[in-house]
Amino acid sequence: MAPQLYMSSSPHIHSGESTNAIMRSVIYALLPTCAVSVYYFGLDALLVLLLCVAGCLAAEALCCLLAQQPVSIGDGSAALTGILLALNLPASSPWWLALFGALIAVTIGKQVFGGLGHNLFNPALVARVVLLISFPVQMTSWTAPNPIGSGVDAIAAATPLGEMQTAVMLNGQLPPSAHSGFGDYFIGNMAGSLGEVSALAILLGAAYLFKKKVITWEIPVSYLGSVIAFGGIMWLIDSQLYPDPLFHLLTGGLLLGVFFMATDMVTTPITRNGMLIFGVGCGVITVLIRLFGGYPEGVSFAILLMNGATPLIDRYTRPKVFGRILHKT
Amino acid sequence: MLTAVLGLGQIGLVAAIALGWASKKFAVDVDARELAVNEVLPGVNCGACGYPGCSGYAGAVVKEAAPINLCPPGGSEVITAIARIMGLEDDVTEPQVAVVLCQGDNRKTTQKYIYTGMHDCNAANNIADGPKQCPNGCLGLGSCVTACPFDAIEITADDLAVISRERCTGCGLCVTACPRQLIRMTPATATVHVLCNSHDKGGVVRKYCEIGCIGCNICKKTAPEAFKIDQFLAQVDYAHDDDAAMAIDKCPKNCIVDFNSTYPDGSKFKPASIQPPTPACAGKDLP
Amino acid sequence: MDKKTFVGGVHPPDCKHYSAAKPIEVCPLPEQLIIPLSQHIGAPAKEIVTVGDQVFKGQTIANATAFVSVPIHAATSGRVMAIEPRPHPSGKLLPAIVIEVDGEDRWDPSLKGLDVAHWNSDELRQRIKAAGIVGMGGATFPTHVKLSPPDDKPIDTLIINGVECESYLTADHRMMLEHSEKIIDGINILRRVLGVKQAIIGIESNKPDAIACMTKAAAAHDIEVQALEVKYPQGAEKQLIDAVLKREVPSGGLPMDIGVVVQNVSTAAAVSDAIRLGHPLVERVITISGPAVVEAKNLLVRIGTPMEFLLQQCDGIKYELDKIIMGGPMMGQSQLSLAAPAIRGTSGLLLFGHQDLPHIEVGTCIRCGRCVTACPLHLLPATIASYAILGRFDEAEDYCAHDCMECGCCTFQCPANRPLVQNLRYAKAGILAKQRRT
Ligand code: SF4
Ligand code: SF4
Repeated sequence: MAPQLYMSSSPHIHSGESTNAIMRSVIYALLPTCAVSVYYFGLDALLVLLLCVAGCLAAEALCCLLAQQPVSIGDGSAALTGILLALNLPASSPWWLALFGALIAVTIGKQVFGGLGHNLFNPALVARVVLLISFPVQMTSWTAPNPIGSGVDAIAAATPLGEMQTAVMLNGQLPPSAHSGFGDYFIGNMAGSLGEVSALAILLGAAYLFKKKVITWEIPVSYLGSVIAFGGIMWLIDSQLYPDPLFHLLTGGLLLGVFFMATDMVTTPITRNGMLIFGVGCGVITVLIRLFGGYPEGVSFAILLMNGATPLIDRYTRPKVFGRILHKT
Repeated sequence: MLTAVLGLGQIGLVAAIALGWASKKFAVDVDARELAVNEVLPGVNCGACGYPGCSGYAGAVVKEAAPINLCPPGGSEVITAIARIMGLEDDVTEPQVAVVLCQGDNRKTTQKYIYTGMHDCNAANNIADGPKQCPNGCLGLGSCVTACPFDAIEITADDLAVISRERCTGCGLCVTACPRQLIRMTPATATVHVLCNSHDKGGVVRKYCEIGCIGCNICKKTAPEAFKIDQFLAQVDYAHDDDAAMAIDKCPKNCIVDFNSTYPDGSKFKPASIQPPTPACAGKDLP
Repeated sequence: MDKKTFVGGVHPPDCKHYSAAKPIEVCPLPEQLIIPLSQHIGAPAKEIVTVGDQVFKGQTIANATAFVSVPIHAATSGRVMAIEPRPHPSGKLLPAIVIEVDGEDRWDPSLKGLDVAHWNSDELRQRIKAAGIVGMGGATFPTHVKLSPPDDKPIDTLIINGVECESYLTADHRMMLEHSEKIIDGINILRRVLGVKQAIIGIESNKPDAIACMTKAAAAHDIEVQALEVKYPQGAEKQLIDAVLKREVPSGGLPMDIGVVVQNVSTAAAVSDAIRLGHPLVERVITISGPAVVEAKNLLVRIGTPMEFLLQQCDGIKYELDKIIMGGPMMGQSQLSLAAPAIRGTSGLLLFGHQDLPHIEVGTCIRCGRCVTACPLHLLPATIASYAILGRFDEAEDYCAHDCMECGCCTFQCPANRPLVQNLRYAKAGILAKQRRT
């Protein structure tokens, strides 16, 4: 006689939210950005996207098989890592770069820590940084956007941030592109990696995530706020040398980072105050690297650094427990 | 390039000097005996002695005259060794192994309900006294596995805990972890056990378990010295268990097991006496 | 009206439509009543009858054995058939007095109401204890204990809990609609016992009819009715006080530490019965509901009526059952079978089939922080749970695991469906065991 009834500890009902659904929502939210990148960079972009996603799924399956664990590609996190990685690569990336990145992201970025939920760093960013350091040439050969149907061959170009850095280094002042062309930046008509192009598409995706309550306001607001504040202060100090905050916002991977990578749940604090600190930290480091660092772009480094600080932040931002005056840390 | 090498070299030098100075300055005087005791302890830091790790216990033995027989994994060898170091009389305890007194896996027993939730026996046991119909049987959720520092316990595919006699060091941590008190420490020399823990009447046991002791007395009749029946449950009297093996075939419910010749169904552990055949030899024999 | 509330909490689907519009029906007498000796928090009562005794309705059949304990009464007249372990809602077999019902339902003639002239705190408190009144919201904490604050803890406010924030349950809702006068009378008695003037009834704003009804009944008595935001666990004592008065009960403390006593609306009604009529707590309203039941109802049930019998009154079930829950879906207990009886703390009996409940795989924690936001006590459930699983109870204690009230918000919200509440319980047990050892 097999038992019929289930018993468990309370509660017996559930909100219906699931890890899969969260991952799926984030993937949906990234679709506009993917579409824009394919529009501007053509089949190259599509290829990079497909390679990264396929690579991540394969690497994930392989890791699970090797560890004799149930294969977890169904939870969508590997696919998401793949998309995020692709959005961090230039459209001109060779195929091996994409695959190698995918392998790094899933193995070193995630599975060595024990899989989803245990990784300390954002897998896609780990892979990006590893690639950036190992293959600087391939990782920084940008092409100018080349909308589908324009019939022109892809030409090499610099990203606005790269242009800025070179100009500041050579001439000691900002290039003209740092003062105009914001409209183009907003819709994505500039050189950069797949996901760095269109602010509009990213904001659309972010709006969807907010509506679905997948992400909360703390990290985006504090991150953007601190970039604006810190970037703004520098601009006020010397507007010839430092670009205005809007330029910071619209160029490079900032928006992608803010809404899709700095909000990655696994690698960010779980407490509200922790999230705020995390966002501010990311913002400050990003601007520091952009203005004073050796690399033109600092989003990935900033987020990774703060990822590393997350356990510490969590430890010291414990909320005040109801009914307790003070809590020990 | 050169600057980098020199720079790193300098850092290394400074750090080395600092470390050397610190080790002198902050050196702690350690009783030589404490080091020696620490040396003979197994070094697994299992905590079974009740002190923080092996070195903690070593310190306690030397400074606080803690009993020298608190290290179950070390067994008698360690006790003798500590006794020699400390100049104490050897008071050796008999080596023990833990035995799970149940064979009722999911195929052989019935469940009251389908449990969902935390994968832990103690947690499950709090919900209507556990999902198993048998009030004393193994829940198979592995609280003992978590407690065992030596990886000596497995949960079979049908959710039964089995302890390897080779890996078990007799530390006893699993005994307290089990909410149903069905793990018992037994002398390592005793290999025959009645693998049942249910004191229910035979008729009741039959209803929920195919392989539970029904208290029929047959084993006791076969080997009167070796068995005692306590409230419908046969138990091996480990003080006089010489004849216990005689009853194995007589038991109508097959609940007497000799770990020398077999382990419970589905276990990946094998008796020490049965060596797995080595395929390499088979090949070599061919001309 | 402004709606007050607390920080944290979740919004489970309220599912009250099954039974909200059903007036309270009187449940007939079963053939047997199974009256457990343990129906409240505190020491179980001790039986004072023997097998074969004739008992009246309302007669005391078991005495309180400690200060935190209450007597138990026969819920109808009949003969004591057995005193033996019987199925209990906790899933265990626990001692119970089984009464063979004679169908005459005769009250114990010695039970008399208390004349208003004799109302004084001690006498009233004594009567309330003798009537076996406990918190009927589900916690079953003996009411007289709450009504006996030590002298150094002056009480200034009585809060009456009409929130009923658990999904499906409508028993208190119906009580407020149909017995508002009795509730108000009970509140007046409680005020008298405590010597307080201020009394506030808290009701979730999803029950506008109950708010209207209670406001009307309370108007002449200087009792305030406060509408509260619809959010779970609005009805938890500490959250209710926080919402209504903006006072935080200290951790490990009681509402009386901050000058408040909270009583449930049904408890207030029971107090009225006990004082005016001398009737002990022998019956209560129970919501029988859930998607699997044919006709959801609010039944006035004798304590000790087997759940099977209650289900029969609702024409049984529509399809095979998957889970039976006594109480609400967030904090109720799943049941082993329908054999256990309704007891004083039973607010509902909910029946679910397989398709009605989540059967989600448990995944790993993705550190989303949903549980942190949901926890009304501002704990870090995910962190505590991971320490609990590792058996690191010192750390769990440091993170205030023992403050958890097991409301279930964290588990409800967790996208990985982790059994956080159970982990928290496990941690609490571990901490307790540790404290006992040292
Ligand atoms: S930790 Fe406890 S109090 Fe907090 S939400 Fe979970 S069950 Fe409720
Ligand atoms: S809600 Fe669940 S997945 Fe999210 S942090 Fe809490 S335990 Fe982890």
